[in-house]
Amino acid sequence: MAYAAGVDVGSTQTKAIIINEDAEIVGRALLDTGANVIQAAEDAYAEALAESGISQDEVEYVVGTGYGRYRVTFGNSQVTEISCHGRGAVHLFPNTRTVVDMGGQDTKAISVTADGEITDFCMNDKCAAGTGRFLGAASAALDIPLGDLGPVSLQSTKPIKISTTCTVFAESEVLAWIGKGKKIEDILWGVHKSIASRSAGLMRRVGIEDEITFTGGVSRNEGMVKALEERLEKKLNISEDCHYMGALGAAMFALDNIQAARTPAETGANS
Amino acid sequence: MTITAGLDIGSTYAKAVILTDDLEIAGKALSPTGFKLQQVAHDVYRQALDGAGINKSDVSYVIATGSGRHQVDFKDLHVTDLTASARGACHLFPGTRTILDVGGQTMKASRVNETAKVESFRLNDKCAAGTGAFLEKTARYMGFGTEEISALMTTSREPVPISGVCAVFAESEVINHLSLGTPPADIMQGAIESLTGRSVQLMKRVRAEPEYTLIGGILRFETMGASVSKLLDAEVNVPEGEMVQFVSALGCAILAHLRLEKLQAEELVGTAASADA
Repeated sequence: MAYAAGVDVGSTQTKAIIINEDAEIVGRALLDTGANVIQAAEDAYAEALAESGISQDEVEYVVGTGYGRYRVTFGNSQVTEISCHGRGAVHLFPNTRTVVDMGGQDTKAISVTADGEITDFCMNDKCAAGTGRFLGAASAALDIPLGDLGPVSLQSTKPIKISTTCTVFAESEVLAWIGKGKKIEDILWGVHKSIASRSAGLMRRVGIEDEITFTGGVSRNEGMVKALEERLEKKLNISEDCHYMGALGAAMFALDNIQAARTPAETGANS
Repeated sequence: MTITAGLDIGSTYAKAVILTDDLEIAGKALSPTGFKLQQVAHDVYRQALDGAGINKSDVSYVIATGSGRHQVDFKDLHVTDLTASARGACHLFPGTRTILDVGGQTMKASRVNETAKVESFRLNDKCAAGTGAFLEKTARYMGFGTEEISALMTTSREPVPISGVCAVFAESEVINHLSLGTPPADIMQGAIESLTGRSVQLMKRVRAEPEYTLIGGILRFETMGASVSKLLDAEVNVPEGEMVQFVSALGCAILAHLRLEKLQAEELVGTAASADA
């Protein structure tokens, strides 16, 4: 059995996925990218291999993706994260036509065809408003772990409207609301709604077509899922593996390469 | 003697000025704004009065400005930041035609006429890149406090370009430069030059004309004034020392005097009219 791997080196976290020839996930790993990008890629890959119980020699092809894709020194090739998220989303949810990917530092809206081909995309990379960083700022200002933001926000009964766009100013706004005695859950729900509104704007620029798949680290935040669903008035496809979507897409491209390399040989054998 | 007061409750600092009728500053005070705006307005007013040795009851008129102006519960009137800064800048530098005001969370450019009336303005209060918050963040990423920025920048030799597109994303840029061994001073100066670039763009959008007067808390950093002057290729006026932070509060106090004069004139006209009748 041949195996393929995808390593997604993101601004905040590095993800690795190992799949078998049937495109089933056999190993996954997730860790903080930190300052040493090359090391992060190697560590994530080693961890995913360990989880799958497969030796490195059995992996025939590795694709690197994410902003640090050229730092995946053991990668056979590189594919942009936009292509990978599109490909991964269509693999997990075949009816996906729109992908919204929310990562640590950027948010992307991607239109895909049934084959997972990208027809259009739009991203927020010049400004931290509407990205995971906005949640990071709220987490720092309120001293609440990132993972608790979603569940806390869902307890809101009287939402606050966050009026600032800029992530830097939002931090002061959050503190100002605290100063006015507002409840943390109400402020946090406001923060989620504000990000949802920015992201919906981005999605409208590529056109929102059903079904929508939510990928990236922020898709694990149930508050964000609810805020985005309310804003779009649509259900989103979510899975545990949405956080790994870039790596999964990369692994799918790696699998393509393995199969493409084989076809001529097989043809040769047949003729 | 008629005494007036000007309060400027900014996003980052609250300022108060007490002014005599020959337009001499009798007292001034400044304090970080924080989140209790009403309280800070009272505090900073009290400090300025104490500094001047003047009683609250001796102040005839109070005008407030700044983003927190509505929270000043003892004011007689409030005016916009632009009106206040125009009056203050034209008082200090009568030839002023363009004002650049760079504060903690806003950047404003305005063009004024010879009577200190605002003819055109542009402002940025939506994005931290292009405000003092950008410098504060850059300094903080490197482990420096705001008060250390000025000393740091004066030692810069070769500023590095900082894109200045987003104050949050600047963090990665700063870390990259640090890992390449760039001295913090050169990164800091790079950040101020990026801010200067944005300032001059904003000034061009109001069709800036000389004389240029630069005000606001960020002008405390001396290299900022020099950097704007270089980019405009023109002389710029910068109020001396800490006065850069008090221009709008001063403007309010001057407007308070003008307002009193007008009220008195109306009263005189009123009395004369009723005497005629």
